[in-house]
Amino acid sequence: MRTLKGAVVLALIAGLLVGPAGAADPLKIGFITSLSGPAGVIGKHMKDSVELALDHLGRKVGGLETEVIYGDDQRKPDVGKQLADEMLKKHKVNFVSGIIWSNVMLAVAPTVTGAGTIMVGTNAGPHELAGKMCHELYFSTSWQNDETPEAMGKYMQDQKLTDVYAMAPNYAAGKDMISGFKRYFKGTIVDEVYTKLGQQDYQAEITQLRAKNPKAVFVFYPGDMGIQFLKQYAQAGLRDQIPLYSVYTVDETTLPAVGDAAVGNYEARYWSPDLKVEASQRYVADFKKKFGYTPSYYGAQSYDGIMLIDSAVRAVKGDLNDRKGMVAAMRKADFKSTRGKFTYNVNHHPIENFYLLKAVKGASEVEMQIQKTVFENHKDAYYQECPMKW
Amino acid sequence: MRSRAQAWTLTVGFLALALVPVAAALTHQPFYLDLFRRMMIFAIAAVSLDLILGFGGMVSFGHAAYLGIGAYAVAIPAFYGIESGLVQWTLAMALAGLAALVIGAVSLRTSGVSFIMITLAFAQMLYYLGISINAWGADDGMRLARRSAFGPVDLANPYVFYYVVLGLLVVLLALGHRLIHARFGVVISAARSNEPRMRAIGFATFRYKLAAFVIAGAVGGLAGALLTNQTEYLTPSYMHWTRSGDIMVMVILGGMGTLFGPVLGAIVFLLLEDLLSAWTVHWQVVLGPLLVLVVLYARSGLYGLLPGGTHRG
Amino acid sequence: MLVLEQCLNGLQFGVMLFLMAAGLTLVFGIMNLVNLAHGSLYMVGAYLATAALGRTGSFLIAAVFALVATLAIGMLVEVVALRTLYERDHLDQVLATFGLILFFNEAVAIVWGRAALFTTVPRALSGFVELLPGLRYPAYRAVIILVGLAVAGLLYVVVSHTRLGMLIRAGASNRTMLAALGVNVRLLYTVVFGFGAALAALGGVMAGPIYTVLPGMGEEILIQVFVVIVIGGIGSIRGALVGAVVVGMVDTLGRAFLKPALSSTLGPSAADSAGPALASMLIYILMAAVLYFRPQGLFPAARG
Repeated sequence: MRTLKGAVVLALIAGLLVGPAGAADPLKIGFITSLSGPAGVIGKHMKDSVELALDHLGRKVGGLETEVIYGDDQRKPDVGKQLADEMLKKHKVNFVSGIIWSNVMLAVAPTVTGAGTIMVGTNAGPHELAGKMCHELYFSTSWQNDETPEAMGKYMQDQKLTDVYAMAPNYAAGKDMISGFKRYFKGTIVDEVYTKLGQQDYQAEITQLRAKNPKAVFVFYPGDMGIQFLKQYAQAGLRDQIPLYSVYTVDETTLPAVGDAAVGNYEARYWSPDLKVEASQRYVADFKKKFGYTPSYYGAQSYDGIMLIDSAVRAVKGDLNDRKGMVAAMRKADFKSTRGKFTYNVNHHPIENFYLLKAVKGASEVEMQIQKTVFENHKDAYYQECPMKW
Repeated sequence: MRSRAQAWTLTVGFLALALVPVAAALTHQPFYLDLFRRMMIFAIAAVSLDLILGFGGMVSFGHAAYLGIGAYAVAIPAFYGIESGLVQWTLAMALAGLAALVIGAVSLRTSGVSFIMITLAFAQMLYYLGISINAWGADDGMRLARRSAFGPVDLANPYVFYYVVLGLLVVLLALGHRLIHARFGVVISAARSNEPRMRAIGFATFRYKLAAFVIAGAVGGLAGALLTNQTEYLTPSYMHWTRSGDIMVMVILGGMGTLFGPVLGAIVFLLLEDLLSAWTVHWQVVLGPLLVLVVLYARSGLYGLLPGGTHRG
Repeated sequence: MLVLEQCLNGLQFGVMLFLMAAGLTLVFGIMNLVNLAHGSLYMVGAYLATAALGRTGSFLIAAVFALVATLAIGMLVEVVALRTLYERDHLDQVLATFGLILFFNEAVAIVWGRAALFTTVPRALSGFVELLPGLRYPAYRAVIILVGLAVAGLLYVVVSHTRLGMLIRAGASNRTMLAALGVNVRLLYTVVFGFGAALAALGGVMAGPIYTVLPGMGEEILIQVFVVIVIGGIGSIRGALVGAVVVGMVDTLGRAFLKPALSSTLGPSAADSAGPALASMLIYILMAAVLYFRPQGLFPAARG
């Protein structure tokens, strides 16, 4: 009896494995992001944006029937790599796209490019891939991680701000943000404080901050850390006393949770829902209509990723084997991006504008609005390490 | 083997694993090679945890730390140009075993909840250390340029690597089987049921438990070395306590204290993760209660469902 | 003045930990049950309070609702899933309640989604209190300290001076005798567990406005609560209070003053990394030290 039970279980598993290989769709795109866990909200933004892009293209990317296969990397590089392997070998995708986290990207990108498939990164911007590890088959529709704090640093330098108090979590990204900031900001930094990754209570750090009496505060606190920090900063009464400048801390994925505590916060970004670009306005309006919430830059990048792929496939008239042709087409970046026109740098990272954003109280919710342009056609700091020439 | 049914089950199981590459080649689905190889690597980790958790009753919530140490022991030498597999993997087992010795020496002075907390604390400390060392990539991690070199045995060849992992799994299981049926294993299990009695009889249970802890740590280090080779990537997140939780789930699901159960647990858990997450992101809402049920009513886990499964080890 | 304010911060953090630790240690002391899902009850309390606040607009009503609802949920979980675990060893309890954590995290995500919920401090409490000339402290955090100390006082009164407390103490010493004397031990356990769940929920209700309410919010604080219990002594409420305040102080003061202290010896750039790394490990090091010298914790509860 037990033997029979075991055999049935094994047979079921085998059946699920072999399973339906799917109808013979001409174009397959693998999209890897984090759909479970605390970062799942970001993954949702990205997935919804991909779906909207497909809708706008009539479910045909580059004129071909398209199937997008989503994968949940659970924020683990080894799972991400396994997903990439599965998409490449089992589903035989023509493109791999997505990826939120730098460490997952560093595990996945070489796997994809090593297999001769084009990878379109729509968020993570580790400097290795912009510099030494740049690859002909890797394109980014987002940015290089350091560019955003560089923009904030430049703005604060131009404003001649001094006595800045800097805070970030104590891990690689945190340190990179502060060093990127210091690349352009040359004023006095009162103190650089690194906190524990995932820390919930910042009251002790806020007390220290107040005692040092800085003129401005610069922070990097992604995800739930940002929500907590902002709320506690406001509750300590500092919101009206010391202006807060941040990167990757306040955005459309966290604004709903923070609400008024974010008002007055400055951010640096290459895009905002209120950007006056036609493709962007269309994206934001249709997104709100279809999904009922305001999209974030994670989404805008993912939308652009699909549009970039679309332009490439169109250029080679659907001949997916013409890798060189698609790469050449992608280098032209000839599509309607949500950030307006942008060009690709030699390392396949966008040369784009960066803006200063401010959180303001809108009609019904707190939203980010562009205040001014900080960088025009900004290049990242690593492209000279990239050996590619074209 | 003391049970024919068990021998039959194991033979079928290992034969199936050995034939996966053949099936993968025939059906032109090389992905399954990678998938099952990853499962076997975690199976090795789960079996090492079962030694102390299932047999010894020591709930170590920090087992992923040893995988992390093993992973670093491969990636860092490679970063500096030392690519010999023999050096890397021996280093992995030695360092992980050493760490287990230190952690065990402190932790085993306590028991119960304190033991759990202390093992967790050590793992967390190592994780925080890992993410703050920028020279080795911190939490961005590091790529492994080439897999460990073993002379003529080329791990870059996925089939060769697969059989190496399978071979290691079989060897480890055979060794483990001998261990738990030897005096050592009996003392550990007995110490789990009634430690004061064992001490009264004259066994220095602390030393036995520490030895088991070190062995489990060393094998965990080997699993970490294999994992880095598999992913060709190193990240301190291998050491995060939620990874320890994952391995624990594999042990529970497969069957605690059955030695072979965790292999099945690792395979099923990772299969479910791969298949179910394609359907719904909320698959853990089913996994949670499933675990509770297994712990309450089916201690031998999935392994207990197979013929010969109720026979322990 | 700075040190004084940081001490207050440490006290407040400690009090928050105490709210959680009290429930956990109560359950462990009486029923010998290690409950990893305690953090999940904290999370459920925070979610229910936030949802109720959205519906009613009153923090007080939301808090009461969350406490009562979580008490009920706690008792339900006890009856359905935990009853069989009392006889089992701690290993099984840890593993089973670990399964419960996975379930609760996902269940909450299914009902409310994965994005963090919006919470804010109630308007009445968003100001400051002037404790000493020049020392302004956020009113909400002062309230947390008061609530925590009040709960500590209440627990003391209940455990030492009421019949229920007597039963609890008797059950901790010798539950077989208690049952033999005709007390409905099953009901007692269910009530005590519910009580513990309500304490966890109170922690969640108070934490909601200042921390982030999202799935998995209980894990981070659960680890710290376990450290408190291990240091204080498992099963002892007095130990939980002392342990919580000690951990709160050590962690807060470490985060505030360790880096400046190291700066003078190691130099500023080394202290930049070493300071926070060490500060995050401080409570674990403290726990290891306590366990080394006194493995049963500072105030071990007498066990029968």
